[in-house]
Amino acid sequence: MSTQVTEQETETEEQSSHQRRRLEEKAERAASRDRMRERAENDLDEADTTFTLKVFRYDPEIPEKEEPRFDTFEVPFTKGMTVLDSLMYARDHYDSSLTFRHSCRQAVCGSDALFVNGTQHLGCKTQVVDLGDDGGVPGEIRVEPLPHQEVVKDLVVDMEHFYDQMEAVEPYFDADELPDGMEEQRQTRENREKIKMSSRCIWCGACMSSCNVAAGNNEYLGPAAINKAYKFAMDEREGENRKQERLEIIEQEHGVWRCQTQFSCTEVCPKDIPLTEHIQELKREAVKNNLKFW
Amino acid sequence: MYEHDVIVVGAGGAGLRAAIAAHEEGADVALVSKLHPVRSHTGAAEGGINAALRDGDDWTDHAYDTMKGSDYLGDAPAIETLCETSPEEVIQLEHWGMPFSREDDGRVSQRPFGGLSFPRTTYAGAETGHHLLHTMYEQVVKRGIKVYDEFYVMDLAVTDEPDPEDRECHGCVAYDIKSGDVVGFEATNGVVLATGGDGQAFDHTTNAVANTGDGPAMAYRAGAPVEDMEFVQFHPTTLPSTGVLISEGVRGEGGILYNAEGERFMFEGGYANNAGELASRDVVSRAELTEVNEGRGVEDEYVYLDMRHLGEERITDRLENILHLAEDFEGVDGLTEPMPVKPGQHYHMGGIETNEHGETCVSGLYAAGECACVSVHGSNRLGGNALPELIVFGARAGYHAAGRDYGEALVETGPSVAIEHEDDLGAPVEPGALGPADEDVAADGGEAAPDGGELLNPSATVERTAERCRQRVEELKSREGRNHAEIRQKLQKAMTRWVNVFREEEGLKKALEVIKECREEYRNVAVSDPSSTYNTDLIHTIETRNLIDVAETMTLSALARNEFRGAHWRKEHQKRKDDEWLKHTMVQWSDGSPEIYYTDVILEGAEKAYEPKVRSY
Ligand SMILES: Cc1cc2nc3c(=O)[nH]c(=O)nc-3n(C[C@H](O)[C@H](O)[C@H](O)COP(=O)(O)OP(=O)(O)OC[C@H]3O[C@@H](n4cnc5c(N)ncnc54)[C@H](O)[C@@H]3O)c2cc1C
Ligand code: SF4
Ligand code: FES
Repeated sequence: MSTQVTEQETETEEQSSHQRRRLEEKAERAASRDRMRERAENDLDEADTTFTLKVFRYDPEIPEKEEPRFDTFEVPFTKGMTVLDSLMYARDHYDSSLTFRHSCRQAVCGSDALFVNGTQHLGCKTQVVDLGDDGGVPGEIRVEPLPHQEVVKDLVVDMEHFYDQMEAVEPYFDADELPDGMEEQRQTRENREKIKMSSRCIWCGACMSSCNVAAGNNEYLGPAAINKAYKFAMDEREGENRKQERLEIIEQEHGVWRCQTQFSCTEVCPKDIPLTEHIQELKREAVKNNLKFW
Repeated sequence: MYEHDVIVVGAGGAGLRAAIAAHEEGADVALVSKLHPVRSHTGAAEGGINAALRDGDDWTDHAYDTMKGSDYLGDAPAIETLCETSPEEVIQLEHWGMPFSREDDGRVSQRPFGGLSFPRTTYAGAETGHHLLHTMYEQVVKRGIKVYDEFYVMDLAVTDEPDPEDRECHGCVAYDIKSGDVVGFEATNGVVLATGGDGQAFDHTTNAVANTGDGPAMAYRAGAPVEDMEFVQFHPTTLPSTGVLISEGVRGEGGILYNAEGERFMFEGGYANNAGELASRDVVSRAELTEVNEGRGVEDEYVYLDMRHLGEERITDRLENILHLAEDFEGVDGLTEPMPVKPGQHYHMGGIETNEHGETCVSGLYAAGECACVSVHGSNRLGGNALPELIVFGARAGYHAAGRDYGEALVETGPSVAIEHEDDLGAPVEPGALGPADEDVAADGGEAAPDGGELLNPSATVERTAERCRQRVEELKSREGRNHAEIRQKLQKAMTRWVNVFREEEGLKKALEVIKECREEYRNVAVSDPSSTYNTDLIHTIETRNLIDVAETMTLSALARNEFRGAHWRKEHQKRKDDEWLKHTMVQWSDGSPEIYYTDVILEGAEKAYEPKVRSY
């Protein structure tokens, strides 16, 4: 009898300590949220200019976000602020579930290609003031995930298809023959210059997302993959046999001939790669090549 | 659970090279990376790769320069391995098609770099790291090596013998970012950590957002010591709003540093009467901060780097990429305005202690690249010496893990080689775990099992770790509490304020107190995003804990080292003290409490012995 009483007592004690803990956690969270908000309010008060960030939201798992929607965040402008900075600000001050890829903050990792005010941009390389009129801060910036790609969550898209297309062109150096030991392959400066722009691609996917042909035809290799093929096909170090094989790959049904020279890829590429030109040049190479074997 | 012979954690330069090496050696190898490989921060390196390739140059000269640059805190066997092997690794990259810049005769170009006695920095335009990363990833694709991308490694599966030198690593556990599943990875031969830098411990850095020191933190909690953590390199010219690096090239071409009063302070302030703007990174960084601290900074924050006088032609010809950087990331036109710059964290010389085969003292656990410390950089890294480290030691770790026999290592690892223990640090607060109950902040790799440590088979060890990680994810997601960003910002601010370019005893102690507060606050951390789809809130929360551990080891080591050597400046100790301090600082997590001890520096190489000299240029 007496033991039972003690057990019950401990249980209620445990329960109440558990409850207390939950309450403390809740209070902690509320306080944490308040502090962040407060800091944002302070920032907003102190800032000369603020703007509205309108961001696409979607999460297949969360009932309120199952249906895509836009959220708006008020962001204080600071000099030099990029679109990526403003997204980070919104995440760290208003909503920690706001999701987007980013890492380098300097246009080399290719993580944050986004659809900003209706065009493909790298978030980290886009100054907020470049989106306003005449270098002013815009009233509103709209950020969406890259079009024509499946949205995983918020601004994150599924890149698998892009990667598959890259891999389809056998994207690796593969020389017909290599010199021995410590001997280098020679390459002229002109040839290195020729492949220079093509070698700058950071796999951001902006070009593919801007391309109407790719949007309508899932099998089209797309500008980035063809550009990758260009880099190897034009590299004099690889040799004629390999070049031959490369031209065969880009000439297949869903290769270079699909390109309708609309230049949209070239316009959006953050590394200024002349994609359309490269595709055109490969077309010419392919023609020359076929004539040779005629 | 997945199973491979060798698991490489991280797919930057070091990880990719390790994976290719393990594959060549015949192992079934997989890369596990929180970022897709081409997103790794190796892609940001601009300058180049040092390698003695040419007539008139010799790897022993490269070794001499490196030892001098390290301020005699590098280990000779490691430095010699680096310099002797770098040429063949660079040629290997060339054979893999890396688009190096070329000479008229078609051979790869080399250029001069600070601290080098010969122009031996091999480069590919201003994008050397980008090309290195992509070239190696291409080779990974060619070989069909399995890549688990967007898998965040949360923990190592290590057995729990009391002595870390008896422990064994059987794999790791990763969180699949896309699905939210926690999965075990069993490695029959070894795990290679190649997780890169930890610059996010500071609030201003050239490092990527993903550089959060996960590798060092995990290895440390599993019992492997971290070495020379006080040595952090700060770069003097980074853009204030993002930390983007403006390369030395600008000063090399004649760029001038001015303070808010328009003074050319490097000369006028007497910081470097000979070299001026071209003085070494640490000297320029300290000069800039002194100007700011004494009220001559612009907006109390930065100074100006001016290249306008070089003229448009020269600038667009030689420094075009700088114009783009200033424009894109700071909104400044370098042709018409001076560029704002300030010092930023750039590179961590310290890291997980390894020998020259990449092995840590925990058997089956390797580390390579920036997360490791072999040690080749000692107290200061020369520009162009990190990329060779990635490929030389990445390859060696990969080969060794896959079974290649390199013979006995000359560098010894583990607490058993301690020459001396630190028992008089005078830390103001007790560092380390808050208690065994703090699962989230305490060691979870190397603790003794409650029943005294029965021997589990390897898969059971991995499964046990996976189960613990699952619980942790559940707990973080289900409870209410504080947002990690608040704690991270507090930590970063404290580190930048007190463990920066200038270090004083009082400040370092302050930092330890704040770190302790961060640990306490982290006890109540919670993830507010309940989703299992691409939950970056969760990932960042776990990273923040790693940053706390890593920051604490940096600060403890900085407080311990009572001298001024290389990048480590101490107000109260303005001299290099060779009698006392020719030794490595080690921190080892021992049942949740950081043990500090010292090991010998090896100045005796196979080729020659290196005599400490004054590091002046
Ligand atoms: C701006 C800049 C310029 C530089 N310039 C030069 C230069 O000119 N010459 C030179 O020699 N050095 C230079 N350095 C230094 C050098 O680039 C770096 O030290 C080096 O690239 C680091 O390579 P890494 O392979 O160790 O790491 P990283 O390339 O950073 O790769 C780390 C990898 O680990 C993964 N990872 C991290 N944590 C986890 C986890 N928990 N789970 C799974 N995966 C994880 C990441 O996804 C990534 O793939 C520069 C550095 C910077 C920042
Ligand atoms: S070609 Fe340009 S737009 Fe396309 S993926 Fe590469 S960098 Fe991005
Ligand atoms: S964050 Fe890396 S490209 Fe923008």
